[in-house]
Amino acid sequence: MSEALALAACALAALSGMPGLFLPREGRAGERLACALIATADAAGVTAAVLAFASPSPRGISLPWAVPGGALEVRVDGLSAMFLAQIFFISALGAVYGLGYWRQVEHPHNGRKLRLFYGLLTAAMGLLVVARNAVLFLAGWEVMALAAFLTITTEDEKPAVREVGYLYLVATRLGTLCLFALFALLYGATGRFDFDTRGVEAGGPVGTAIFLLALAGFGIKAGLMPLHVWLPGAHGSAPTHVSALMSGVLIKMGIYGLARTAAGFAHPPLWWGGTLLSLGAVSAVLGVAFAIGQHDLKRLLAYHSVENIGIICMGLGLALLGRAVGHPELVLLGLAGALLHVWNHGLFKALLFLGAGSVIHGTGTRELDRLGGLLKRMPATALLFLVGAVAICGLPPLNGFVSELFVYLGLFQAVAAREGRWWIATAFAAPALALVGALALACFVKAFGAVFLGEPRSQDALRAHEAPRTMLGPMIALAASCACIGLAPAMVAPALDSAAASWGVRTPLASAVPLEKITLAAVLLLAALALAAAALASRVRGSSAAPTWDCGYAAPSARMQYSSSSFAQMLVGLFAFALRPREHAPRLAGPFPARAAYHGEVPDAILDRLVLPSLRAAGRAFEALRFIERGNVQAYLGYILLTLVLLLVWK
Amino acid sequence: MTLRTLLLDLAHLSVFLLLPPLLLGVINKTKAAFAGRVGPPCLQPYYDLIKLWRKGSVFSTSTSWVFKAGPVAGVATAALAALLLPVAGHAPLSFEGDAILFAYLFALGRFFTVAAALDTGSAFEGMGGAREVTFSSLAEPALFFGLLVLGRLSRSLSLGAMLAGGNWPPRAAASLVLVVAALFIVLLAENSRVPFDDPNTHLELTMIHEVMVLDHGGPALGAVLYGASLKLFVLAALIVGIALRHLGANPWIAWGALLSGLFAVAVGIGVVESVMARLRLMHVPSLLVAACMLSAFGIVLLAR
Repeated sequence: MSEALALAACALAALSGMPGLFLPREGRAGERLACALIATADAAGVTAAVLAFASPSPRGISLPWAVPGGALEVRVDGLSAMFLAQIFFISALGAVYGLGYWRQVEHPHNGRKLRLFYGLLTAAMGLLVVARNAVLFLAGWEVMALAAFLTITTEDEKPAVREVGYLYLVATRLGTLCLFALFALLYGATGRFDFDTRGVEAGGPVGTAIFLLALAGFGIKAGLMPLHVWLPGAHGSAPTHVSALMSGVLIKMGIYGLARTAAGFAHPPLWWGGTLLSLGAVSAVLGVAFAIGQHDLKRLLAYHSVENIGIICMGLGLALLGRAVGHPELVLLGLAGALLHVWNHGLFKALLFLGAGSVIHGTGTRELDRLGGLLKRMPATALLFLVGAVAICGLPPLNGFVSELFVYLGLFQAVAAREGRWWIATAFAAPALALVGALALACFVKAFGAVFLGEPRSQDALRAHEAPRTMLGPMIALAASCACIGLAPAMVAPALDSAAASWGVRTPLASAVPLEKITLAAVLLLAALALAAAALASRVRGSSAAPTWDCGYAAPSARMQYSSSSFAQMLVGLFAFALRPREHAPRLAGPFPARAAYHGEVPDAILDRLVLPSLRAAGRAFEALRFIERGNVQAYLGYILLTLVLLLVWK
Repeated sequence: MTLRTLLLDLAHLSVFLLLPPLLLGVINKTKAAFAGRVGPPCLQPYYDLIKLWRKGSVFSTSTSWVFKAGPVAGVATAALAALLLPVAGHAPLSFEGDAILFAYLFALGRFFTVAAALDTGSAFEGMGGAREVTFSSLAEPALFFGLLVLGRLSRSLSLGAMLAGGNWPPRAAASLVLVVAALFIVLLAENSRVPFDDPNTHLELTMIHEVMVLDHGGPALGAVLYGASLKLFVLAALIVGIALRHLGANPWIAWGALLSGLFAVAVGIGVVESVMARLRLMHVPSLLVAACMLSAFGIVLLAR
């Protein structure tokens, strides 16, 4: 049942942009129809997921088809359902948001194209999480990658957009190459084209190669540091509701792939979990450190995706460690923390991106140092963005706290282990996570403060206007979901239990985590806040207003406010060893120095100093083979034919 | 819930809500004694708070409701954190993982305090906020290494078990000494005391906490100061709880030990403030990293 619903949802989403192509370019019918179709697909997809959570052992659909590599097999188990629900929920909200944000009348040239590929992107993601056959999975993966490329480059008339689109395309091709190798190896070991790894020895050379290929191939998509280089630019340049879908959902497909591949290995070696845990910690710390240095609101949010993927990978690494040492509670806590964080990050990051979109919509800029004081001009957006900011910092009483608490509980259990010395390695993970939390707080106080608080720093900010209802509605739904999971985590426990079952964990989450006590604490916190607010409000009623005192400075101006770059300066300085910030600071001399301008930025050091130089070196090394690159399709088809014939002769 | 636990919880709440300003009074008295002055009476912070609470207030035209949310969150989060601290093996609110909630509550308070500072649009307050978040990020790992030491010894992530003592091996003592030392440094940093910040200075570019609340006045300033004293009290009680954790389950002895321990911490802070100067701002991170290292050694020592 849920398989049929999921496939129907994918089909609806894939077709959602098509009718618009045949409708007049200027009318609104096309975009409304597309939105309605995606919303219907959403209902079907989420229902499919809920049904799957309720059914313990899905049978799935298996149909013969002409494609080599096994039957067309589709199955929705708990793990697939977690991702399925998220894909369709966020995609539908993004589509509604797009009605206000990317209106057909304002974007007559690329609006239809955007909606067509948005629907295809949603459908491809839905397909790949339910596919059990490698060929079907790879088909979904490729359609997703290409549809994402085409949505990123919606505004392909801008050179910067083409550039980041190209970088994304190169990165995603590399990832797919790894996945082809991965499935080829699996086929060689098991004789089947699917995720079933029975018979593959985890510690052997094939198992090692499979793990490393999965880490690289899925890690590129997830944006795990140092494979994240495509991510900040792509998320920054896509239309904002597409950024929300990409950051909230698309990069999680890498996590799905990792979780699905790792699920098959019941006894992984210790170093698998250790590697994933360390990479996750590095990704989380450096991701947030890079975020602090950004001046562009969307790039800042993009780096936070790298951070949160890091936290998710820490959870997955912990689950693998738990399997390696035979500690089922670690598996449960790590996996539940990772998967709940997948949901949570999807919710609050989509909320934050949509909030950023409203800011761009209302002011026309995304430069933090040109904004300010928007809380008075866009009160609803400000409140919703604040909810997202508190949630992403992992603060109670919202959802980010719950999933981070699961990971912390797992990390503390690991450190309390009685046998062996392996736990010392995990002892650095919890403090790293605490550091990440504190840095995320610094970054989001900076972002929220620079955008919404104080005085407007430019005319754009001064003239800002609130977003229309089609844009606020999806944000309210996302904020409400953040609050629900934070206040009542017991609601999502069945989903997490069902997902953990696909990793062979049968212990219910409620036995490992005091879910109802989290609710109690959250309610007490809200009550204490309300009480303190009421007390203060009763005392300050009828107070007078005056300009900011500022130590008695007589003529303050908006330009004298602490800017986002000055707020971040100390932290960027502390992490300068990794961030390599670029500064242009003129030397001031004499009592009356000449006019001077300061400029500082934190470009992606890993892209500029590591990836691009090595790609250039590789390009030079393969100079001799350039002559094969003809640039016409006929030649490439010829190569394929030649290779096939050679292979047939050789076999 | 029996009547006895209800009474205990009420006593817990009233001690933690009523006594914090007294701690500031003791610190000031100690400093006065070192300087050869009589100093203000120990109850002076109460008089100040009452005075502030009765005053009228002026709010900047740049600010919004976020400005008032700062003091509110400061008081509410510290008050809830107080409920998580066990005394005599019992805390009003206790569960597996409450140690994380304890740490994150202070982070929530910090979020809104700094946001309130940024809401004024003043360069001074932005500067204070930037320093606050920077130094707190470095203090956080030190606190968590300390929690890990307690977590490994007690095999729990609940403050109730962590501070309950139990049958810990004698070699744990070395780790605990390191943790207590590191947490004392964190306490000084989190509460903006010397050598990180000087609560006596006003209108200086070197300040952290004071400069963030320059524009708060009247009841709002009173709430900020009360919230800060509550935070100092709760963090000091955590350190005392670790140091005196084996004093049994008799409530009278445990409460007596806690209060005398808190008195000792307050005197200790007063002594530090009397004999040390404030560090130069650029040296502050080094001291905090040193605190992280101390508590990290604490966990490494347990690996024998």
